[in-house]
Amino acid sequence: MIREARVAVVVFPGSNDDRDAAWALRALGADARLVWHAEHELPPDTGAVVLPGGFSYGDYLRCGAIARSAAIMRAVGEFAAAGGLVLGICNGFQILCEAGLLPGVLRRNRDLEFVCRDVAIRVERADTLLTRRCEPGQVLTLPVKHGEGSWYANAELYAELEHEGQLVLRYAEDCNGSVGDVAGVRDRAGNVLGLMPHPEHAVDPLLGSGDGALLLAALVDAASEGVLAGAQP
Amino acid sequence: MRATVFVRPKAGILDPEGEAVRGSLRALGFGVGGARVGRLVDLEVEAPNAEEARAQVEQMCRQLLANPLIESFEIEIEGQAA
Repeated sequence: MIREARVAVVVFPGSNDDRDAAWALRALGADARLVWHAEHELPPDTGAVVLPGGFSYGDYLRCGAIARSAAIMRAVGEFAAAGGLVLGICNGFQILCEAGLLPGVLRRNRDLEFVCRDVAIRVERADTLLTRRCEPGQVLTLPVKHGEGSWYANAELYAELEHEGQLVLRYAEDCNGSVGDVAGVRDRAGNVLGLMPHPEHAVDPLLGSGDGALLLAALVDAASEGVLAGAQP
Repeated sequence: MRATVFVRPKAGILDPEGEAVRGSLRALGFGVGGARVGRLVDLEVEAPNAEEARAQVEQMCRQLLANPLIESFEIEIEGQAA
């Protein structure tokens, strides 16, 4: 069933890419709604949730650690458990890892510097809800801007994720010391995804790259199809 | 009940902050072979006794104060041996 693609973009204190995410999603045809962290429910008929980039709660303790206990995160967790599509970008990725919804953790960049530039990102899996408009092995140009984006998993977990096809995106160049150069992962079921690069800053070639639109348009597709467990198109 | 939590990067986990501190100390002329940087949290816990306080703080560590993938933790309860 094709319906309006309603995407909830959660706003935490310290989020700063929420409006960019909403702008990009609207440019791609979605009905993007900003949702305050203190809300207890997602808007009716939400088809996908985006946790945006920023510095929620001042990055206190560990990036994303405080945000996981925000009121809205219970609703986001229930939405994800029901098969709803949840995407975390940058700080949103950190939050999903800290919440246990995605595997691994984001750590301080290896060289301790804040990396802020366009990087080459290779699509390892083109069969996910985020990458299905891409070709396998396609290299995207996307901006990163983070100080704590070095993804870590121990050898055992890494091998398991690789075997299960959960390593979705990799840096095609040295970026931050991530294990396996991993830039984006998905959960086992495939409806929760996270990445450090910012597709929402790359939906218009005027801004350097339009490659982010490939990813976000796939998310909008999924939101309009109502990709929920038991509600598969 | 006062409690103190020490959170440390697990052994074998690269600690770039510790590496930077080590390099800086060596540049100052100190003979430092290694440095690891962690975090200390002082807590005032609402609990009737030390055992209960420790049990609560352990839960706090598992749920929020430490990330078990990369960090270990140690708890000290005031007036109780570690």
